[in-house]
Amino acid sequence: MSADFDTSRGLPSLFLTAATSSFTQFLSMAAPDLLPGRRPLPPGAAGDLAPHGTTIVALTCDQGVVMAGDRRATMGNLIGSRDIEKVHAADPYSLVGTAGTAGVAIEIVRLFKVELEHYEKIEGATLSLDGKANRLAAMIRNNLGAAMQGLAVVPLYAGFDLAVSDPSRAGRIFSYDVAGGMYEERGGFDAVGSGAVFAKSALKKRYRPGLPIDEAIRLAVEALYDAADDDTATGGPDLTRKIYPVVMTATAEGTRRLSDEEAATVAEAVVAARMENPGG
Amino acid sequence: MAMQFYASPEQIMRDRAEYARKNIARGRSAVVLSCADGVLFVTENVSTALHKVSEIYDRIGFAAVGWYNEFENLRRAGVRMADINGYSYDRRDVTGRALANAYAQTLGAIFTDQTKPFEVEICVAEVGATVAEDELYKIMYDGSVQDEPSGVLALGGQAEAIVNNIRPDHRSDEPLAAALRLAVRGLSSVGGENGAPRTVPPNQLEVAVLDRHRTGRTFRRITGAALTALLEQTSGEQAGGEAQSDGRE
Repeated sequence: MSADFDTSRGLPSLFLTAATSSFTQFLSMAAPDLLPGRRPLPPGAAGDLAPHGTTIVALTCDQGVVMAGDRRATMGNLIGSRDIEKVHAADPYSLVGTAGTAGVAIEIVRLFKVELEHYEKIEGATLSLDGKANRLAAMIRNNLGAAMQGLAVVPLYAGFDLAVSDPSRAGRIFSYDVAGGMYEERGGFDAVGSGAVFAKSALKKRYRPGLPIDEAIRLAVEALYDAADDDTATGGPDLTRKIYPVVMTATAEGTRRLSDEEAATVAEAVVAARMENPGG
Repeated sequence: MAMQFYASPEQIMRDRAEYARKNIARGRSAVVLSCADGVLFVTENVSTALHKVSEIYDRIGFAAVGWYNEFENLRRAGVRMADINGYSYDRRDVTGRALANAYAQTLGAIFTDQTKPFEVEICVAEVGATVAEDELYKIMYDGSVQDEPSGVLALGGQAEAIVNNIRPDHRSDEPLAAALRLAVRGLSSVGGENGAPRTVPPNQLEVAVLDRHRTGRTFRRITGAALTALLEQTSGEQAGGEAQSDGRE
C-alpha cells in the first residue's frame, strides 16, 4: 500500500491539493500501484493463464439502448465460469460490457465506475456520454502492454444520451479496439468477443431502427443464442441450472437489469422457438 | 535585525481560535437532523452553484459553513479518501467515523502548525438502517469533534442558539417534511432584528437528504418545485416518497 494513501493521521496534503477531477489521475499520484496497466509484467504470453469472458451484444431501441452478455468464461478448452457477469451499469445512464481477460476486465470496469462517480461528486455535474466513452478509451489504451502479452480487454459501451431530446435517438453505442481506439456505432448495433461475428450476423438480418424495447431485448438474446450456437466459448441459456444471459437497458428512467425471472422468460421463449426452427 | 517578540502558547492559540470563530460567525448557519426518512441537511445559501452541502459517499454526506475555498478543499479531500478506500477495499468499508477522524486530524494539525487556522465548521453525517444507527459528527476549526447521538446538529456562529431552539421539539420518528420545517424554524430563529424570528425564502435554502430507504447512493438534493411542495406539506401528511430527486436517477 502506498504511503501517500494512509489516512490514519489525517488527510495527506495531496488529497487537499490535487488539481484533478479524475479518479484515475488522482490514483496515479496517490497510489499508482492500484492502477491496472501500471504493473511490470514478466515477459512471455500470459493469455492462457486466466479465464476469458466472451460475447456481448448491444442495440438501440425506441426508448434507449439494450445490452446483453452470455455467462461463460473459458480457460483454453475448459469452462472457467458458468455464471460470470460481464454487463454492468457504469453509472445511472450507461452500460459497459467486456470481452477478454476476465480479471483485468473486472478491474477496469470497477475503476471506470468509480471514475464516473468521482467526477460527478467532485464537479457536481455528470460527464457527457462522449466524455465517459473517452475515459473508457483511455483506460483500454493504458492496458496495451498487458494486451500484447495476451491479457487483452475489449469493452462495449452504450448509454442513454441525456443531451439528445428524441429518446429513439438517445441510445448510443461505442466500440473499442485493443489499442484504445474508440468508434461510435451509428448502425444501431454491435457485438464484441469471440462470438461477435455470429451475433452481429444475426443482428444484421433482424435489426431495424426504432425497435420497441421488448423486441430489442428478444433480439439481443437471440443474437447471443446464435453466437453460442457456433462459438464454443459463448454459453447459451443454461435451462438446467437456471443461468440466463445478463440483460440490461438504459433509458430516460436510467439503467435497469432484467430480473432473473424476466431474463428466464425471454431465454425460455427463444429456446422454445429454436426447438421448432434451430436456425431461428 | 528584526526583534523577536515573545508570545505565550496560550496567547497564540487563543488568538487563532478567536480569529476563526469570528470569521465563521459571519456566515449563515446550517442544520443537520436525523428523521424517519433519513438525515436531512438544511442551510441558507443564495448560490445554486457553490454548495455548502454535498455527497461524499453512498451513505455519507457533508455540510460546512465558513470560508468556501477551505471547506471545498476539505470536501474534495473527503471524496478522494472515500473513493480510494471504497475502491481498494469495499464500498461497505467506507465509514463516516473514519472520515470524521481524518478531518479532525487534518484540522487539528492545521490549527497548531500554520499561522492561519481554517475558518470552517464541518459536519460529516452517515445514515444508518435505523435512526439509532445514524451518525452525526461536528468537526471544529481546531480539530475537536463532537458526536451528536441526539440527531440534532447546527453549524455556524449561532449554532448553540439554533440547537436550543429546535432540540426540545425534535422527534427522530417524524417524516422528512416535519424535520424540514423544524430545521427552517431553527435557521430563521436567529439573525432577525432584536432577536425576532425572520423569514427565510425557499429559494435561499439549500436542502439535501441521505435517504434511508434507498440502496447504493442515498444522497439527493431537494430543489425547486419538490422543495416548495415539501415545505408546504402540513404536519399530518407523510413526506418520504413525495419529494423529487435532482434528476440524477
